[in-house]
Amino acid sequence: MTRRAPLSLAARLAVAAAVVAVVLVLAYARSGSGIVVSQAVLTGLLLGGVYGLVAMGLTLIFGVLDIVNFAHGALMTVAMYGTVLLASHAGLDPYLTLLVTAPALFGIGMALQSGLINRTMGSSLANQLLLTLGIGLLIENVLLLSFGSEPRSVAVGYAAPLRAFGAVADLTRVIAFLGALGLAALLYLLLQRTRVGTAIRAVAANPDGAQLVGIDVRRMYVLTFALGTACAGAAGTLVAPFVTVEATTGELFNIIAFVVVVLGGMGNVVGALVGGLLIGLTEQLGGVLLPEQSPLLAVFVVFVLVLFLRPQGLFGRSS
Amino acid sequence: MTAAGTGTHTGTRTGRQLLVLVIGAAAVATLPFILPPAQEAVAVRILIFALMGVAWNVMSGYGGMFSFGHAAYFGLGAYAGGYLIVRHGVSPWIGMAVGAALAAAFGVTTGFLAFRYRLKGAYFALATFAFAEMLHLLALSFEPIEAAAGLNVPLLQGSSWWMLQFPPGSPNYFWAILALTVLAVAATIALLRSKSGGYVIAIREDEQAASSLGIPVMRYKLLTVGVSAAMTAVAGAFYVQYYLYINPDLAFGSAVSIQAILPSVIGGIGTIWGPLIGAAVLGPLSDVTATLLRDPPAALAFLEGRSGLDVILYAALLIVIVLALPKGVYGALRSYFARGST
Repeated sequence: MTRRAPLSLAARLAVAAAVVAVVLVLAYARSGSGIVVSQAVLTGLLLGGVYGLVAMGLTLIFGVLDIVNFAHGALMTVAMYGTVLLASHAGLDPYLTLLVTAPALFGIGMALQSGLINRTMGSSLANQLLLTLGIGLLIENVLLLSFGSEPRSVAVGYAAPLRAFGAVADLTRVIAFLGALGLAALLYLLLQRTRVGTAIRAVAANPDGAQLVGIDVRRMYVLTFALGTACAGAAGTLVAPFVTVEATTGELFNIIAFVVVVLGGMGNVVGALVGGLLIGLTEQLGGVLLPEQSPLLAVFVVFVLVLFLRPQGLFGRSS
Repeated sequence: MTAAGTGTHTGTRTGRQLLVLVIGAAAVATLPFILPPAQEAVAVRILIFALMGVAWNVMSGYGGMFSFGHAAYFGLGAYAGGYLIVRHGVSPWIGMAVGAALAAAFGVTTGFLAFRYRLKGAYFALATFAFAEMLHLLALSFEPIEAAAGLNVPLLQGSSWWMLQFPPGSPNYFWAILALTVLAVAATIALLRSKSGGYVIAIREDEQAASSLGIPVMRYKLLTVGVSAAMTAVAGAFYVQYYLYINPDLAFGSAVSIQAILPSVIGGIGTIWGPLIGAAVLGPLSDVTATLLRDPPAALAFLEGRSGLDVILYAALLIVIVLALPKGVYGALRSYFARGST
């Protein structure tokens, strides 16, 4: 395993790169325009970074707690509304609200895990799935009830289009991308370089062993869920300036994040980021290849293929 | 059930269940004579919920394969029935049969792939969700079924059992869906009583052991999926006929998959009566909240005209059930009395 793993990882990356190259050529042949393709690639990568951040939170929860979290998207929407309210009422810069929304969502995540989800740890998969589904539906509809169904938006004073290779990208999307990458790096360092991060990884690898060496497993569960939720919160704030904010906006990110988590390998934080970029590309290039279909269709096709052919994900070890 | 559950024992139990079903159905069938006509729509909604719940319970309760994508089967049934009557004037009963066959074929095909690649637990649930969502997206841009605009079933003059159309307020709709639901419950009881049912339960409990005993695991898993999908499609075909309209969100949306899951979870997963009890609890919720918010009492005046309260109630109910009564209402009652009697 020690010798062959890096080789096969390189091979897998090469396959992924080859697939992307083929798709690029097909997209060029289909659209007949280099600008359409480079626009799709740029938009896909920028949004893919955000997908990566949402999925990092989800994969952390999936990997450590073994929970399919259907509340992730709704929690992301909470942060979006937080940003909308803080920006429109308190006049804060939307990106400054990150300092409020991410910690607030961290707190909400702690409360949810210690108050509700910890009670079902170790029970059946269906129970945990249903519990997070219930929490997600509850949050989503409390938002709908409180803010009504008309969409909100956040205005950014300094929004300006940026150009690269003939493609145009809005400044807000570039900021979201860079912010997502920065936060992803922070999370990675936290997991790899700190005692808490080591403890979280120990719980993920072997909860019983972690318990034996004196790690408070339940506390780590609470911390992990809180960290994952904070990721969703940060992503919610980062996308708020360029999405229409409604009670169901986060739902789509939740679904895409599931795809990314499986693609990147359950519990694999770096895999989630790479998977996010790939799914961002899939969505945009799928839209170019099948213009009359929803771009999400390509995402689901990739999802089903990955589930069947490589359920451990691109970067997971085959068990 | 232990090895002591011999033929005669299960025989009497099955007989008792069928007896309860017949008596219960006869009692419920008198409701149109008692209920005010306005409540009949609620009763029909409860029974559509119940049929979906009974169907989901076959695959995910007894079969142990957690589905998060029953909207696929419901939508196929709804669109098969809707398309045939709108475009070709075919009787909804034939539409129902075609929809059930289509849904069963879809379920068996996707199920075969999922089992062939050994998807389990969360991965299986996500795969069912992905298949339903793919149909949803395809339907949104599929012109022969009017894409996102949806299909309107033409209104007929007069009353016809063959075309399943009756004047507004006719109790016949109620009796039709009652009969379909009763048939589905009877089919579930019969399936469980049969040898196949024994195999299905054995596979749920321990797939490897079942396989090593020579039970063809794949065949019985697919049988369970097919039966469940066909029943769900019947609910979908009836839905179109009753509401005279269907669109991709109503047919294939994830809310539909959730509606199929909830009755069993609330009533009791893997029990005969659980989905029926769960449906009776869930069905009226949206009407109760709609009535409440149309003319709210002073304390709730700020909610007037807002939506979302019904889902808040059933989400809260779901959370409470999962935490406090993981076996559901009926499951909890049953184990309470079982403990009391021994």
